[in-house]
Amino acid sequence: MNRYVELKNHQREIYYFRLRLVLSLGFVAVMLLILLLRFFYLQVFRHDYFHTLADSNRIYVVPIVPNRGLILDRNGVVMAQNYSGYTLEIAPAKVTDMDALIAELSKLVEITPKDIKRFQKLLTERQTLETMPIRSQLSDEEVARISAQQFRFPGVEIKARLFREYPYTDQTSHLIGYVGRINQKDIDQLEEDDAVSNYLGSDYIGKTGIEQSYERDLHGKTGFEQVEVDAGGRAVRVLSRTAPQSGSNLMLTLDAKLQEVAENAFGEYRGALVALDPTNGEVLAFVSKPGYDPGLFIDGIDTDTWDELNNSPDTPLNNRALRGQYPPGSTIKPFMALAGLYYGTRSPTRSISDPGYYLLPGSRHQYRDWKAGGHGAVDMFKSIVISCDTYFYGLATEMGIDNMHSYLARFGFGQKTGLDMEGETSGLLPSPEWKAKRYQQVWYPGDTVSAGIGQGYNLVTPVQLAFATAILANDGVAFQPHLVRETRPASGSPVLTMPKQLFDLKIDPANLKLVKSAMEAVTKPGGTAAVAGYGAPYRLAGKTGTAQVIAIKQGEKYDAKKISEYNRDHAWFIAFAPADKPRIAMAVLVENGGHGGTTAAPIARKVMDYYLLGKIPQPLQTVTQKSGEQSD
Amino acid sequence: MNARQLKQRLMQNLDPVLLGALGGFALVSLVLLYSASDGNWLRVLAQAGNIAVAFTAMWLVASMPLHYLMRAAVPMYVFGLLLLLLVMTPLGVASHGATRWLNIGVATIQPSELMKIAVPLMMAWYFEKNEAVLKLKNYFVAAILLLVPVALIAKQPDLGTAILIGASGFYVLFLAGLSWRLMIGGALAALASAPFLWSAMHDYQRHRILMLLDPSQDALGKGYHTIQGMIAVGSGGILGKGYMNGTQTHLDFLPERTTDFIFAVWSEEFGLIGNLLLLSLYVFVIGRGFIITANASTYFTRLMAGSITLTFFTYAFVNMGMVSGILPVVGVPLPLISYGGTSMLTLMLGFGILMSIQTNKKLVKT
Repeated sequence: MNRYVELKNHQREIYYFRLRLVLSLGFVAVMLLILLLRFFYLQVFRHDYFHTLADSNRIYVVPIVPNRGLILDRNGVVMAQNYSGYTLEIAPAKVTDMDALIAELSKLVEITPKDIKRFQKLLTERQTLETMPIRSQLSDEEVARISAQQFRFPGVEIKARLFREYPYTDQTSHLIGYVGRINQKDIDQLEEDDAVSNYLGSDYIGKTGIEQSYERDLHGKTGFEQVEVDAGGRAVRVLSRTAPQSGSNLMLTLDAKLQEVAENAFGEYRGALVALDPTNGEVLAFVSKPGYDPGLFIDGIDTDTWDELNNSPDTPLNNRALRGQYPPGSTIKPFMALAGLYYGTRSPTRSISDPGYYLLPGSRHQYRDWKAGGHGAVDMFKSIVISCDTYFYGLATEMGIDNMHSYLARFGFGQKTGLDMEGETSGLLPSPEWKAKRYQQVWYPGDTVSAGIGQGYNLVTPVQLAFATAILANDGVAFQPHLVRETRPASGSPVLTMPKQLFDLKIDPANLKLVKSAMEAVTKPGGTAAVAGYGAPYRLAGKTGTAQVIAIKQGEKYDAKKISEYNRDHAWFIAFAPADKPRIAMAVLVENGGHGGTTAAPIARKVMDYYLLGKIPQPLQTVTQKSGEQSD
Repeated sequence: MNARQLKQRLMQNLDPVLLGALGGFALVSLVLLYSASDGNWLRVLAQAGNIAVAFTAMWLVASMPLHYLMRAAVPMYVFGLLLLLLVMTPLGVASHGATRWLNIGVATIQPSELMKIAVPLMMAWYFEKNEAVLKLKNYFVAAILLLVPVALIAKQPDLGTAILIGASGFYVLFLAGLSWRLMIGGALAALASAPFLWSAMHDYQRHRILMLLDPSQDALGKGYHTIQGMIAVGSGGILGKGYMNGTQTHLDFLPERTTDFIFAVWSEEFGLIGNLLLLSLYVFVIGRGFIITANASTYFTRLMAGSITLTFFTYAFVNMGMVSGILPVVGVPLPLISYGGTSMLTLMLGFGILMSIQTNKKLVKT
């Protein structure tokens, strides 16, 4: 051990060594200071920032989609409901070869070319990371088959979703409408309404009909869960939960059975029917034929089916009741009669002599009556019963277009009724001002003549005509037409839609009595709808009408057999009953149906029979013409 | 010497100040590991086993006369170097793209761990041998003794270990009186060779250095560790989120949270206050190491003690620096706290040597 004390320059070496040790100490101190400053920077200065990052790291907000409200008829019959089903979904972002994947999946479950087309349409519409359905309504067996093989298909998922179902399918397609996948247009609209957050997680939104116009009530309020997730995105626990609020159930004013009766009454005909309760504005039936299967749209319709529907000459996608605009034809006559009485242009008793045509003073142009040779002496009562054109040509001319316009406008012609369904059209009630603006032309006296019998520029929608009929039936007191009777929120008490009186025309009761009794006579022997009214055990009032699709040249005769089906006249019938205390008023349009008395009026009769008597109509009978003489 | 005397003798060789501090680390390690492993008692027990083994090893080394250690220096170094070379043969076991292990039948061992002790020991021994005649050439020889194993380890690749061994060797050179001129010259040379070094690096090493400059560049890839570490530390704030309440930790955002990133757990749950306490504990141990170094009686013990103390500090600094995002992520555990037996054993062997140096000095005095 001696070696250790034999150091040379021992003291000096110790000194130098300790100097270096002190330098090392300094180095350690500096490094520690750097660490301390770093901790201070991260934990004090940037604490808020990292705190936020830590929270966003771990908290996900998961929307909980509320159940959509049901749609029921006035008696509680379900017209739109939800059911849960499995869908096969693909997350496109995780798939490299989509065609190969679909081919593989097709070996496990049936995927039709339609499914594929629909899926491809979805792909082009939405570019997101989420999954998109390729097949819905998988059977349990199919679910099991996919589940067993799922490890082979990254990006493929089976999801349980709620689907909308419409038990009445095409019968109520125009009324109930349908829900469809939310598209960019819907998102834009939601953004405008500041409602986007309420649709997080939602797949569907009401596209047409009640589903669209009552979207806010039906959808409900989306709930949220704040979920703590781990680094893998798996939920660890729920931090807070705001329950979703189911959408309200809607109880319609409509009677599903009546709707069905009305639908069936049309048989093979195209057309529309709107029936109202004149005392409160409730819509009792709302038919637009043909319809379509709303189920086709729920998952996104494929292009072929869409083209087929869209290009069909029967235009099944057109809501005729709400948007179809047709000349009202002779259904305008009762309103014209009331106008004539109001302005004193005609007294009830004054008769005209009808030679079968009308001549404007100073003109040689013949405005023909529908009956060659004319009806002889015609007073106001008779003019309605037999639908005498000549009478109304004269009445219109003498009353003048301005009076005519202003009086008919009181019944809502030329305006939207404000029915609680989106997309209503306003029809057209012409006036010289309108013509000047629209065509830069003056109003000719001949225009007034045509307008007097509901032709010329006049256009109405079935809803409008039903509304006008209801006002007439209810002695001039108008109620707002509406489809929803009661809104039943998931919690809280139901909200009834109170009947809303719009106005009272204060029509002279004597005038009303005359016109109404004439309309009653229309359905009696000698009237234009006598066949349809035959044997009715209640007092039925109505008026037939014909809407020309193509103009017949002067001196030519309309021959239904000679013109193509789609160019034949449309048949109208407006009606209310019981005549003394009306409970139902309606407008029926039969496209290319020819005469209102033979095609439209029997439909109205069946609906009335069911509504007033509970009588279920016999299977459709062909109405045969009883005589050669047919009115419009 | 009866058993009682032997026991007394063994206890005498332990430095009570260091022992107390090391006990504190053991306690912190177990408590923190319980949280970091989500209350996994098995893991805590395993770590308790590691601690027991490491403390026993420390005890044995502390009780050993110092000349035993000196005698072991050359064989240990040569043996370690051989093992490092063997790793490069087909006997080496690769994992995660690095070949660092040797299969010796019953287990796999990591020769680089042995070199953490063997390299400074060898260098201190070499300087001690040539103490009387130290010349410039001796420093070169010592540098070669250091650079050969460091180069072998860096090639595995194991950047963390290479850096730590390189640092421990450099401390020996520095304390042995390496001339300032040479150090400055060496630093300049290193700077000049940086571009070559860069091109010689593995892609993943380059990535790690780039990520340090901007971890968000590759937030889900290489930068993920750094970002999550920084979020954990920063969100801890001044007081921390409380024991077992770290969201980053318990929701799995923090990778390697029981090993290399355990400091982030501590920092998230105990905040700036906790960091100050932990740093104080390290400073205490380092301070004690400096005192032992300063009082060491021989050239060899001074170099050894100084190197062990500074290397221990380097361990702590590199780990905390990488977790808090001022150093690249290299696989360096938090000394005495991270889960794992090997690193704990190596460190405690070092503390055993420190204690031996301290008590041998005492024996000399009495």
